[in-house]
Amino acid sequence: MTAALSNDLVLAIPELILAIGAMALLLLGAFRGEGAAGLVNWAAVGVLALAAWATLAGTGEAPRLAFSRLFVVDDFARFMKLLVLLGAALTLPMARSFMARAGAERFEFGVLVLLATLGMLVMISANDLITLYVGLELQSLALYVLAAFLRDDAKSTEAGLKYFVLGALSSGMLLYGASLIYGFSGTTNFVDLAATLGHGDGTGPAIGVVVGIVFLSAGLAFKVSAVPFHMWTPDVYEGAPTPVTAFFAAAPKVAAMALFVRTMISPLGDLAPQWQQIIVFMAVASMLLGAFAAIGQSNLKRLLAYSSIGHVGYALVGLAAGGLQGVRGVLVYMAIYMVMTLGSFGCLLAMRRGGQMVERVDELGGLSRTNPMLAFVLAALMFSLAGIPPLAGFFAKYFVFVAAIDAGLVVLSVIGMLASVVSGFYYLRVVKVMYFDDAVGPLDRPIPLPVRLVVTASGLLTVLYFIVPAPLLVSAEAAAKSLMP
Amino acid sequence: MNLEVLVFYLFASITVAAAVMVISARNPVHSVLFLILAFFNAAGLFLLCGAEFLAMILVIVYVGAVAVLFLFVVMMLDINFAELRQGFLQYLPIGGLIGVILLVELALVLGSWTILPSAGGVAAAQTPAIGDITNTDALGRILYTHYLLPFQLAGMILLVAMVGAIVLTLRARPGVRRQSISAQNARTKELAAELKKVSSGQGV
Amino acid sequence: MDALLKEYFPILVFIGIAGGLSIVMILASLVAGPQKPDPEKLSAYECGFDPFVDSRGRFDVRFYLVSILFIIFDLEVAFLFPWAVSLGDIGVFGFWSMMIFLGVLTVGFVYEWKKGALEWE
Repeated sequence: MTAALSNDLVLAIPELILAIGAMALLLLGAFRGEGAAGLVNWAAVGVLALAAWATLAGTGEAPRLAFSRLFVVDDFARFMKLLVLLGAALTLPMARSFMARAGAERFEFGVLVLLATLGMLVMISANDLITLYVGLELQSLALYVLAAFLRDDAKSTEAGLKYFVLGALSSGMLLYGASLIYGFSGTTNFVDLAATLGHGDGTGPAIGVVVGIVFLSAGLAFKVSAVPFHMWTPDVYEGAPTPVTAFFAAAPKVAAMALFVRTMISPLGDLAPQWQQIIVFMAVASMLLGAFAAIGQSNLKRLLAYSSIGHVGYALVGLAAGGLQGVRGVLVYMAIYMVMTLGSFGCLLAMRRGGQMVERVDELGGLSRTNPMLAFVLAALMFSLAGIPPLAGFFAKYFVFVAAIDAGLVVLSVIGMLASVVSGFYYLRVVKVMYFDDAVGPLDRPIPLPVRLVVTASGLLTVLYFIVPAPLLVSAEAAAKSLMP
Repeated sequence: MNLEVLVFYLFASITVAAAVMVISARNPVHSVLFLILAFFNAAGLFLLCGAEFLAMILVIVYVGAVAVLFLFVVMMLDINFAELRQGFLQYLPIGGLIGVILLVELALVLGSWTILPSAGGVAAAQTPAIGDITNTDALGRILYTHYLLPFQLAGMILLVAMVGAIVLTLRARPGVRRQSISAQNARTKELAAELKKVSSGQGV
Repeated sequence: MDALLKEYFPILVFIGIAGGLSIVMILASLVAGPQKPDPEKLSAYECGFDPFVDSRGRFDVRFYLVSILFIIFDLEVAFLFPWAVSLGDIGVFGFWSMMIFLGVLTVGFVYEWKKGALEWE
């Protein structure tokens, strides 16, 4: 038992670092009082960096199971974990100045982000329906609190409550699906599920399993905010404090997508004909809704919320395609999407006029004259989100569409390209307002240093990605390979 | 055997009736009380299945804690419940439709109930017969060892719940004077009293 | 299975007696007591006055905090029952597994204490 346990613990070192770090920082904050907020925030970034470093250990090895096969560590998990850790580590410093100005600088913020990230890592490494659910709940519970973190702000509280109620509903659906799958296959373990469900007697899976998969994917779709389970997204993104929204759009989305991909490919891989149509429907609906519903939005946070729904649709195109190429497409997409979305929210955090956050599109007028650098980066990010070559966003879309066409989903990719053209309209509207409208007035200065760094880095990565696309592709390919049976 | 069936139908019918009353009672406090009744009867149903641990947890946690919390929330919220109920009939059709769909699905699922033949080997491995050891013991034997990871994560979830509840509701109240026993005990005669020598004829 | 249910039979009898007795008492008061309804009986008594506001006042949110903290520790205790029953089988590993679980919650408890969430004023 002890030898096995130490083996298990070695595989779970990133999770252990996060758990112990979160508890240590909680105690530190409790004993030092509210003055420790800044210290805890930076220490949390340190913990995340340490966990990221530990994640890298053992890269390239064959997948290994731990904790009675409840937990799996492979290159896929490592890739996604690094993305999640990066997303969390970049939002924390950006959040500090925002929270300080909102008068809500409390050390619990860093601790909750760490605990949410722990939940995400567990989700990514889940190899059992029970681990999946526990990780998901750990993540969600911390996120509900984060959404309502500005507790004296009616919008933030409302966002937290809405997210909580709908999140609980989706967890219920996920559990219902999981219990049906368990009831028909007699196991919750992904390895056993793959073996059990793969052995069809030619008549296809029992109807209970199919109903279970439908409910399971409904629950997962809620977490990645795919249509028709997206309704919470605009309200929560708008109401939650901006750094929290940035975190929502980056880390949990990547983790939930990783969970989605793993669940569909690994235990349910042999039932692809059953779930593929669900995914195709979700992808089409998300892409179209993301493209059309965002057109009428005047609030930037709502606009980015619809944009994120659309992007989930594109990523799901890759999952619908399945196979090595499809999964690689999803991985590349999520990586590039995360960089772009963090940059966009960084730009939002950088913009403040007269002490008020700039959140409306028309308030961006003439930004190219008052803040040319910021306007340029935001324009580049918008072009990239729209998928215009040679920016990073184009490559992300390119790889999923190529995978979809190779898998014979030509109609799906055509719809995707059309949706992408339509969505170009509202991204370009933002650019037009910045460059051609009358100036509204200068922004407050100085822009906090962490925000400036994140925005610059994201802008550089987006613009210059086409020079060295290989490293991301190679690691995504290795990650996707480790997931394939 | 017949008694068992009788008791099952007794518990089951009271559970359903109480559940209906939960959503149809006019007074929200009555709703909570009916919820408690439903919990008790569900506990009885669990007991009939031999799941004694779940039955007791239902009584301890749900009746003892969750229902009390519901009562607090009902009393805490300053909501006009008569107004809140006005949408009830308006949303009844769509709610009923979803209910019917779920019912049909359940019927479909139950109608085709066959555990996959390939599942036999996996399923038979872990559940001991109810007669051999009690349900609580069987849970305990795997919960802390085989399911170590989810168990510890459950602890983390409870930790998040604690932090979350405090972050969202705890407020420092200004102007509250607390007793500090250590400060009281640390006071010495020198700190508490000051001797002044008053020279005569000059006042203090 | 039957043996297990037999153990609970006294409880069933107990519930039956309790339910029966309460029904008998309510019915008896209905049957035996004089029933003379009068609106005066329901009105406020002599110098009393009708209430000005709804009796459902708002509770302080601190009640809620206390009860949610209670639920959390209640759940923690719920995990202790199977552990106590099966401790002989799961050995040292199971013992330390629970100790870590309790340790995590103790961290939460210390946090609560230091934050003053357990103090009323």
